[in-house]
Amino acid sequence: MLLRLAPWILIGVLVVPLAAGLLMVILPAFGYLPVLGGETFHFDAWQALWQRPGLYRSILLSYTSGLITTLVSLSIVVLFLAASRGTWLDRGIRRLVSPLLAIPHAAVAFGLAFLITPSGLFVRWVSPGLTGWERPPDLLIVNDPMGLALMAGLVLKEVPFLLLMCLAALPQLGPEKRVTLARSLGYSANIAWLKSVFPALYPLIRLPVYAVVAYATSVVDMAMILGPTLPPTLSVSILGWFNDPDLDRRYMASAGAVLQLGVTLAALLTWWLGEQCVKRISEGWLVNGARSSGSIAIAVGGRVLLTTTTLLAISAIGGLVIFSVAGFWRFPDALPGTFTLDHWQRILPSVTTPLLNTLSVGLAATLIAAVLVVATLENAARHHLPVSRSQWLLYLPLIVPQVAFLFGLVVAAESISVRPQWALVVAAHLLFVAPYLYLSLSEAYRRLDPRWVQVAHSLGASPWRAFCRVRLPLLLAPLLTACAVSLAVSIGQYLPTLLLGGGRVPTITTEAVAMASGGNRRLIAVLALLQALLPFIGFSLALMIPRLMWSKRRNMRGVV
Amino acid sequence: MPINRHSLHAIFSTTLATTISTAMLAFTLPAMANPDPSDWQSVVAEAEGQTVYWNAWGGEARTNAYIEWVAQQVDARYGIELVHVKLGDTSEAVSRVLAEKQAGNDNTGSVDMVWINGENFAAMKNNDLLFGPWSDSLPNYPLTDPDNTPAVRYDWTIPIDGLESPWSSSQVVFYYDTALVEEHPNNMPELLDWAAQNPGEFTYPQVPNFLGNAFITQALLELGEDTRIFYQPMQAEDFDAATEPLWAYLDELHPHLWRSGRAFPSNSADLRSLMGDSEISIALSFSTTEASGAIANYELPDTVRSYVHDSGMIGNMSFMAIPYNAEHKAGAMVVANYLMSPEAQAEKQDPEVWGSNTVLAMEQLTAEERALFDNIDLGIATLPPKELGEVLGQPHPSWVDALAEAWQERYVN
Repeated sequence: MLLRLAPWILIGVLVVPLAAGLLMVILPAFGYLPVLGGETFHFDAWQALWQRPGLYRSILLSYTSGLITTLVSLSIVVLFLAASRGTWLDRGIRRLVSPLLAIPHAAVAFGLAFLITPSGLFVRWVSPGLTGWERPPDLLIVNDPMGLALMAGLVLKEVPFLLLMCLAALPQLGPEKRVTLARSLGYSANIAWLKSVFPALYPLIRLPVYAVVAYATSVVDMAMILGPTLPPTLSVSILGWFNDPDLDRRYMASAGAVLQLGVTLAALLTWWLGEQCVKRISEGWLVNGARSSGSIAIAVGGRVLLTTTTLLAISAIGGLVIFSVAGFWRFPDALPGTFTLDHWQRILPSVTTPLLNTLSVGLAATLIAAVLVVATLENAARHHLPVSRSQWLLYLPLIVPQVAFLFGLVVAAESISVRPQWALVVAAHLLFVAPYLYLSLSEAYRRLDPRWVQVAHSLGASPWRAFCRVRLPLLLAPLLTACAVSLAVSIGQYLPTLLLGGGRVPTITTEAVAMASGGNRRLIAVLALLQALLPFIGFSLALMIPRLMWSKRRNMRGVV
Repeated sequence: MPINRHSLHAIFSTTLATTISTAMLAFTLPAMANPDPSDWQSVVAEAEGQTVYWNAWGGEARTNAYIEWVAQQVDARYGIELVHVKLGDTSEAVSRVLAEKQAGNDNTGSVDMVWINGENFAAMKNNDLLFGPWSDSLPNYPLTDPDNTPAVRYDWTIPIDGLESPWSSSQVVFYYDTALVEEHPNNMPELLDWAAQNPGEFTYPQVPNFLGNAFITQALLELGEDTRIFYQPMQAEDFDAATEPLWAYLDELHPHLWRSGRAFPSNSADLRSLMGDSEISIALSFSTTEASGAIANYELPDTVRSYVHDSGMIGNMSFMAIPYNAEHKAGAMVVANYLMSPEAQAEKQDPEVWGSNTVLAMEQLTAEERALFDNIDLGIATLPPKELGEVLGQPHPSWVDALAEAWQERYVN
């Protein structure tokens, strides 16, 4: 009975705040914001928006960088999986990738910027010896007008995410059996994977891929560090208008937020059309019988690309580690002149409360989301419900610019006299955590072979017992992975924590973002490393627990 | 995957229902009596036991440490628990107050005190988001010598009217690396010549960042014939003629900037990093002690020194304001008053602690109190007060807004 309520509770938990948040974006976009004296509806904000210098470039940047990032990240992951054979090398690369998920986006961006900028690590290592440069060359690499640096940074973060999603979904497809069968028909291993496993895998990771498209078109923090500046991406421009001291600019900012929603939806639509095209075009390729053409390219390309991505990300983190203990570091020295623990000593005494808050909020939000999502999915599975269209609602919190949407949430909470507090922060996090948990888990859940549970029923097990003893254990790996992703999402939230918590619930992320605004790279590095600590533990547990639980059942281990 | 019309309709009807019901739920509490700063004893009494949420930019470890020190002091002296809500941007606090006002929370707001100045102050004042007047009745306010110090009565030419209490004074300074620059420029035309000879070695933060705004405003004041017009609200018909020299200057300067003016650092922190990486050799800051502080933080080489232009540099003050709906106004007033005390101001000015300049007028202090300031070592890269030259006032915000807009139109494509 309670189970039947679950989908409604989940939708209620998400839709009511969503609606309140969206309303406070849409109304001001059309001139209505009584607190600033806007009491009539008109299109002034839109006119002001269209006249912004560089608006079209901003839109184009957000749209293209989102699509290109997703395409490149997905290709890298797919090529690697096609090429990987479970050798020690492949396993090693996989293990290196997953901790990268734990590193906050902004930290990766800072790290990458410091690697590739003309005064960065790469140039320092070869200067002045190879280049003769005593001063950094005046080259526009980071903040380039095309957004290449931004896309590179996004790829570094999205590849681990997509890889983890694939690894969580793969075991239930029995990829080894498919590949073995195809190989017995004479296909080379890589082609066998691409033709027999990937077409079955893609539907399972489709929602996460859409999430990547949505995220990459609307990302703020990475775009501020790596993206173009004249003009910046649409989302960065919008944040600037919202933060403008001139409060009247919020009308235009709200219109911009609605526009951002449109840009993201357009990118998603484009991706969907692309899917349909690929489906048509590849039908012939799948059955053309070619057994090994392109096999070597895949074998080399897949490993090289993923290794490069991983090494870049690890070097970026390495740069952060060096900075966290660096004294002054003059160009072109390869290492800082002096090392010091000052930066750590300055930060560590004050991080206990923020760390505890981060953990308690993250765990609470993840737990609530997990119960709601699993109950919803279980309900759907038991009653054989089709995929409902309303699941698209789940994406809204991920694509509406937070700064616009949260204003409405604060108004809503204040209107019903809910004061800023821990529970409100958890509720706000739930809004962003539940969608990720849902999209990470739902396909794996839905596509679990129903015969397992049927067998359990035929042996006399009650639905509850079948759920606990059969379905849950079979889904342990994807469930834990989804929880780890959710925990990381919760830990990364800045504005919801600050605005809904009214500053009463400082977390490691509110500390880190506030510090990042001061631009001291050494302290930023310390906080970024601390910020990565909790999600890192989460991902490690998600990978280790199934291995320990199923240490005697090789086929259950799934990931790694 | 467009959302179907049906669900959009559902969103709207749900929201409308929510809004109506919440509007009915929201009722105004009977207005509580606000503390009266002229009866200071009762303010102090009311403040005891309050928790004051001070919303202040948290991007600088030394500032945070100083605020932590203040929290210990007010706890020991007044029994106030002071909590620093660390912000990435002041507008986040403004958003919170705005949302509370929208929702009708007029008495139990969550922001008790906010570190603010200039455009943010003007916006909050214009939109009736501030409590007051209160600041001119604080016991320590006379120490700023308000009768002879316009800077504590006008914030960017906007009358303060007792809505914010002075906290810190700051002035734009340039800093340069003596290892890379032999002789620093002394005015804007010399800066242009220097940039032409050293292409790529100077830049300023992207407008409308406040330091970027300050740079173009400084150029405007230096290059303009008669600057009085900039201290009045801007009249649209004056804008083109008054700013023509500025654009001519910037058009000439930009090709010689870092990355040839095709990208700009986003804020003063980015600018400082470029300096630390030797990408540029001259930068600017809104804090006279930035260079010394950054050397102590290992961010800049110890060969960096500060300088100012001959005609003086833009300066201003930053303040404490109390939102109109703050829950703990008495506590906030007591903290704001303590922040103006000679003891707290001297501690703040010590570069070992933070190095932010005092707002107090030395002649208003006792000899003992003055001694607190005389013994401060300002650090190697900080100019002593007498070398800072004339302080140029901030023009009216309408000019700065219009300048920032025009800059965007010219240089963003």
